Amino acid sequence: MTIAVLQFPGSNCDQDAFHLFASGLRLPTRYVWHKETSLGDADLVVVPGGFSYGDYLRCGAIARFAPVMGAVQAFAASGGLVLGICNGFQILCEAGLLPGALIRNASLEYRCQDCALRVEASTATFNPAALGAVVRLPIGHGEGNYRIDEAGLARLEAGGQILLRYLDNPNGALGDIAGVRNAAGNVFGMMPHPDRAFERFHWSQDGLAVGRAVLATRFPELALKSA
Amino acid sequence: MKVHVFVTPKKNVLDPQGAAVSHALESLGLRGLKGTRVGKLIELELEAADTPELRAELDRLCRDLLSNPVIEDYRYEVASR
Amino acid sequence: MSRPPLPPNPDPVLNQPITAALVAKHGVRPEEYAAIEGHLERAPTLTELGIFSVMWSEHCSYKNTRPLLKGFPTEKQGATPEFGRVLVKAGEENAGIIDVGDGWAIAFKIESHNHPSAIEPFEGAATGVGGIIRDIFTMGARPVLLTNSLRFGELSSPVTQRLLRGVVAGIAHYGNCVGVPTVGGDVYFDRCYEGNPLVNALCLGTLRHDQIRRGKATGVGNPVYYVGAATGRDGLGGAAFASKELSAESASDRPAVQKGDPFMEKLLIEACLEMMAVPGLVVGIQDMGAAGLTCSTCETASRGGAGIEIELDAVPQRESGMNSYEIMLSESQERMLVIVERGREREIEAVFAKWDLHAARIGFVTDTGRMVVRQHGVVVADIPADALTDRAPVYQREAREPAYLATTRAWTPAGLPDLDATGIQGALPRLLGHPTIASKRWLYRQYDHLVQHGTVVPPGGDAAVVRLRLGERERFIAVSNDCNGRYCYLNPYRGAQIAMIESLRNLVCTGAVPLAMTDNLNFGNPYKPEVFYTLRECVRGLADTCRFFDVPVVGGNVSLYNESPEGAIDPTPTVAVVGLIAEEAHITRPFVRGAGQVLVLLGGWPDELGGSQVLGLIHGLKTGDAPAVDLAAEQRLQGWLLAEIAAGRIAAAHDLSEGGLLVAVSEMLFGPGGAVQPAVSAGDGAATGAGTAGLGAALELTGASVARLDALLFGESQGRVVVAVADSALDAVRASAERAAVPAQVIGAATADGRLAAALPGGAAVAWPVAELRRGWETSIETAMARPRRP
Repeated sequence: MTIAVLQFPGSNCDQDAFHLFASGLRLPTRYVWHKETSLGDADLVVVPGGFSYGDYLRCGAIARFAPVMGAVQAFAASGGLVLGICNGFQILCEAGLLPGALIRNASLEYRCQDCALRVEASTATFNPAALGAVVRLPIGHGEGNYRIDEAGLARLEAGGQILLRYLDNPNGALGDIAGVRNAAGNVFGMMPHPDRAFERFHWSQDGLAVGRAVLATRFPELALKSA
Repeated sequence: MKVHVFVTPKKNVLDPQGAAVSHALESLGLRGLKGTRVGKLIELELEAADTPELRAELDRLCRDLLSNPVIEDYRYEVASR
Repeated sequence: MSRPPLPPNPDPVLNQPITAALVAKHGVRPEEYAAIEGHLERAPTLTELGIFSVMWSEHCSYKNTRPLLKGFPTEKQGATPEFGRVLVKAGEENAGIIDVGDGWAIAFKIESHNHPSAIEPFEGAATGVGGIIRDIFTMGARPVLLTNSLRFGELSSPVTQRLLRGVVAGIAHYGNCVGVPTVGGDVYFDRCYEGNPLVNALCLGTLRHDQIRRGKATGVGNPVYYVGAATGRDGLGGAAFASKELSAESASDRPAVQKGDPFMEKLLIEACLEMMAVPGLVVGIQDMGAAGLTCSTCETASRGGAGIEIELDAVPQRESGMNSYEIMLSESQERMLVIVERGREREIEAVFAKWDLHAARIGFVTDTGRMVVRQHGVVVADIPADALTDRAPVYQREAREPAYLATTRAWTPAGLPDLDATGIQGALPRLLGHPTIASKRWLYRQYDHLVQHGTVVPPGGDAAVVRLRLGERERFIAVSNDCNGRYCYLNPYRGAQIAMIESLRNLVCTGAVPLAMTDNLNFGNPYKPEVFYTLRECVRGLADTCRFFDVPVVGGNVSLYNESPEGAIDPTPTVAVVGLIAEEAHITRPFVRGAGQVLVLLGGWPDELGGSQVLGLIHGLKTGDAPAVDLAAEQRLQGWLLAEIAAGRIAAAHDLSEGGLLVAVSEMLFGPGGAVQPAVSAGDGAATGAGTAGLGAALELTGASVARLDALLFGESQGRVVVAVADSALDAVRASAERAAVPAQVIGAATADGRLAAALPGGAAVAWPVAELRRGWETSIETAMARPRRP
């Protein structure tokens, strides 16, 4: 099993995402530079947080055209597992791999704080039974306000595609939505940071369970492992 | 030639920046303000002829890069030299 | 005059005669101008005049403070070959470096960007952060944390609100984007800073000893590279001497402030660290800060005892028609100067191509000791490098004790009525709600304080604690920023001592052993003898205290002329001390964790009112002497506390500072506990964070032997700490305190009734619901800063 963590110019949580999987979940993990056109051997592609391309124009708008994203599109189309965290979520929405869009926080301010999130029953491995009713993950973003049109929201709800909702909405996101998956269930995106909730001194270690829940979609044996 | 691309939030999309600017305008004394939307102006300086092919390419670039059709509208103006 | 004049400048505008008025506009005194002619052995060109004026400015040359700064201890007496040696001393390079063992070291420094923040708070603060980060990675270190010290006028003033909003947003914008967590700092609101905000930013980075790089040019023929952003006309519009006559470009097109690009800086950090990791490739490197190209070129040449020649046509420019004056003095951000080992140019170019950054070869190292600048092949400046640096003027300013000190020092509270129970009842919430004391959450929730996933104690504690990955090892580092300017106003020497010992105490309360410090001296006009007196005394106070505790200064910054027509700011020598925590288990927080924990006051009963917040808030007085300082007692207390923490007997520790004993105990009850703090929004009536629900404290103070209640409950005596101790450990703690001659007094215990209650000497009793106290403390700044909502 190999985890690939993408690196764009301006990604600054690539090391955090790397360590969640490498140190926290103890899985082979490597970086993939944005100029690569092939992902190599990868079972999960992680699109990390940060400010790719400075968030210029729109968050993720420029990163989606990076050479490596062609490989990510193909990987996702063939059912490969993809997880976008924060800026990664924004990039996947811009790339059309996830529905909706992220706009500026309603407060117009960046927010870095711990968040309690309600776990929705979304997949066989990403649900309250596996993760508990509530997980705690920090957020750190200025543009986490999830938006989608009425029809899109109806499809998300009907399809059980919502992963997490904020218990106390910090950014104005529609329906308190903090994370979603695609209809096929292989592409995941979330604004909160599992990569900031895994060290023994972090507020919470729920990032480990969340990472495992994503991986268990394809590798169910991981769901059985305890912390 | 100059191309001016205007990108604005879709009418039915929440615009927190627009709301904040509205409040500020009203607190500065503007009466009768019905709404404010904050968008972007992107200015391109091109050496090209104004042809249907160019316009089609501009449309594609506006849809793919310069705007996010999920939440934004765009229009552009071509000014001659 | 023995040297021939230089050829005419390619831009005719720069060939105008240099008049006395133009020299004065450059802030150059007649005797300095004469010295310039002496160094050059001819008259200067206009470009050279600009170069001298900026290199000999207070900001770059420290001409009025250099003699004072020599008083600081710059080495650690107690260092061993295995730990704690200062590897790069204060004043040598862009930042100092100290060993932390196992072949690893830390580089850190604090720097100010006060005046730009007053003009344009967002960009001023942002570029301040950008600048200090560059000072760290130019040494070869990876930046791992930021803190900041901010000072503003009273928060009720709209000007202050605008400045606070802009400064915090600017710091957040830059730090968050560049991916370095902003983990702590301190903020004060006081009328004296109205119109003169202080923005001091600290950055700390980690590196191995063999990764240390210096800003010096050596090796004749080695190429000089310019990397990073292109050069524009940034900052030229704001220079006092910049005028329409110096450029064809109109003044309105010249931005008065620099605009930062944190994305560019992030790329620069990665590219530079990658480049510096290639063995032998980088001979010297320096960031382009104030007057970028000028400063970096002459300083690297000067440090290397070499010369440098550059051709401005090779400098990447983002505007057309820039003349040599503009290019040399531009303050465009995110640029570095790199001296590369000859023959290896392709290697540096490859690294920067990978990151899509400019890497332009602009010159080469010589052995003439002169900085020679050409444009279009024509020499436009030719200056001995050390004339701009080591041989810059140095002045001894006149000092005179300010007249007001005799009055304020002599004040006693004798004529002042003490607070009765009602007064005390009202004073505590007022103090907790005062922006200087209140929760700073409104600020730090805008800072990414978690990126790099190593933050152990986030903002809100006594000191920030971050886990460093040093190779295979983990180390825990603590940082505290401190300075109470009011104490320095009332007693400059002692106020500065207190800035230092407060910072040390904050570290010790976190379980950290202080290692080294950096300071930012923020003062008014040094040509006023009263101001210079305070500067001299504050430096003396810092230096003596550093020496006593063997905490060397590894670097710092001076910011002068912080004043308006109304007067100068309070003397504000901000201090930031860094320390290491020996083991993760020693990390101690200020929050009581459960009912039943016994509260013990160390250091004796507080009994002074001078300079206190309560004196200012309740009586409108800024007077008295600064609180007394007893360095030996402080050292005993701090040593004892660290030993107790290591022995596992301290559940929580919090030192007394602004607001005194009752504020400190209250703050110990405001922890996050096990519950998540819900987001707090002003104005919508939502409940504030419940924290550990029901936590309270019952204080038994009837035995306190002090004359005044206000001094006991709110006085700001130094060397006082409150610790929470498990009942089972109390006897051991008291016995050990007695052996160490540290006064220890049980003052009460934590309860589960949600009330803070105190039985007072004289029989009165006071009590507050903790939730109410907390709500006021938590929402004060947020309420003041809330944008008006639609009715």
